[in-house]
Amino acid sequence: MDGTPLEWPEGLTRVPYWIYQRGDVYADEQKRVFQGPCWSYLCLEAEVPNSGDWRATAIGDAPVVVARGENGVVRAFENRCAHRGSLICIDEAGKGAKQFACVYHAWTYDLAGSLTGVAFKNGVKGKGGMSPDFKMSDHGPRKLKVETIDGMVFGAFDAGAPALRDYLGAEIVSRIARVFRGRKPVVLARYTQALPNNWKLYVENVKDSYHASILHLFFTTFELNRLSQTGAIIVDESGGHHVSYSQIARGRTGNAEYSEQAIRSDSDYKLADPSLLHGFAEYDDGVTLQILTVFPTFVLQQIQNCVATRQVVPRGPDAADLNWTILGFEDDTPDERRARLKQANLVGPAGYISMEDGCVGGFVRRGVEGAPDASEVLEMGGREAVGSESRVTEASIRGFWKAYRARMGM
Amino acid sequence: MGNAFFDLSSAHAEYGRCIDDDRLEQWPDFFTDECLYRVTTARDYREGLEASIMSAWSKGMLRDRVSALRQANIYERQAYRHVIGAPCAINEAGGHIRCESSFIVARIMRDGATDLFATGRYLDVFTRENGALKIAERVVVCDSHRIDTLLAIPL
Repeated sequence: MDGTPLEWPEGLTRVPYWIYQRGDVYADEQKRVFQGPCWSYLCLEAEVPNSGDWRATAIGDAPVVVARGENGVVRAFENRCAHRGSLICIDEAGKGAKQFACVYHAWTYDLAGSLTGVAFKNGVKGKGGMSPDFKMSDHGPRKLKVETIDGMVFGAFDAGAPALRDYLGAEIVSRIARVFRGRKPVVLARYTQALPNNWKLYVENVKDSYHASILHLFFTTFELNRLSQTGAIIVDESGGHHVSYSQIARGRTGNAEYSEQAIRSDSDYKLADPSLLHGFAEYDDGVTLQILTVFPTFVLQQIQNCVATRQVVPRGPDAADLNWTILGFEDDTPDERRARLKQANLVGPAGYISMEDGCVGGFVRRGVEGAPDASEVLEMGGREAVGSESRVTEASIRGFWKAYRARMGM
Repeated sequence: MGNAFFDLSSAHAEYGRCIDDDRLEQWPDFFTDECLYRVTTARDYREGLEASIMSAWSKGMLRDRVSALRQANIYERQAYRHVIGAPCAINEAGGHIRCESSFIVARIMRDGATDLFATGRYLDVFTRENGALKIAERVVVCDSHRIDTLLAIPL
């Protein structure tokens, strides 16, 4: 099927299923989206705290190394030796590196990814070696544009990417800031959920506020839904970034109010140990849940006191890795830390309100296997890609496709 | 020591059989009322990271995990087959028995696909309650940090 024309139905309310299936689309995404002028999450600054600390990550198919240089600046480069293409770093992370050396032929790189040495460059005993006109400065892995925001490191392959804060827009920037509140994050866990579906099906799922109370029945079954909650969807102008949040209507919420709301239940099903959800007042604004996405593949979540980053890494048209990093903060008290550890049960592959997201993309992949030319219907909440006070809307999914098609030239 | 080895092996066999037979409602009874059960990865465990993929901090939370799986969570029908190795590094002191045991778990999906789902080790603290061994603490350290699709049924 690859190679047949890519015909997109009119408007933002239809998405043809071949978009999740075609190898040529996948290859084009690597160029236009992942290596295009888009920002992708790489890691946390706290994961490379000192000079010489580094971490392997990825943008799309491309492996990337993030390293903190001698000057304290965080940089990133493609994890691909300029000589014969081997991975330069073959581990996940390291500390105190002075340089990187490819294991294959010992070509060496500094912490910024510049080529600094070629083994036997001048040959042995005057024989062999590189030709005299070989210039090391002409060779090297691609260097990424790197910027940080609230302790998170983002990278872009295309130097033409706008400044990160311009890319995000003021509203998304402030919604990121409210999660971190200037605090230094601490990694509490890292794990990967292997998704049996195209990466876009997961991104759609995260942007889909319509499914939340239907597919995820944990809060409903145990009647843990908060009373008097308001919320909204924010879709940025490009369509590619979004925020979905819910909020207790009154301003500041104390601990008592949190626990009172959490354990109120008239259901037959009650939690035997509701301490799972005994949170603490972390946010003055009463926001109990905020899911934020950055185009193409980054998610920042605050679900009560459970804060996490999620990085989506595609693995071919039919699979994707979802890399979770569960966060606490340096100034957590022991009780607050314990609350975060308990609430970690809400998310991840075993998460009470997220495990379904691991399988539902696979249900779609299998469901549409024989119907590449059929389309999904995205008409909930209108036909536009704009924010709304109702979360019974697919506006942010339409926004994703708006941004995606603009980037892909579709 | 010989007695402990026999009792631990027997407790392991019964534990795996309970889950594999889908008698999840009885799973919490393998634990003491005050208990800790958590699933982590070898990498996180090595780094001393505190949060878990799944955790229960009391028998009540184990029961809540089961009722959520039965009543709330949605996932494709699946079953496990546990093979739990012999307990080793057995250390009996102060009324507790510590031991470490390896496990492998195959996952069988409704369409018949059978895959090696998880391998790892149980780091256990058992205690005797009315003559029977109960788990006071079980840290499930998965060798891999990749979980395929989802982890619904406990390991």
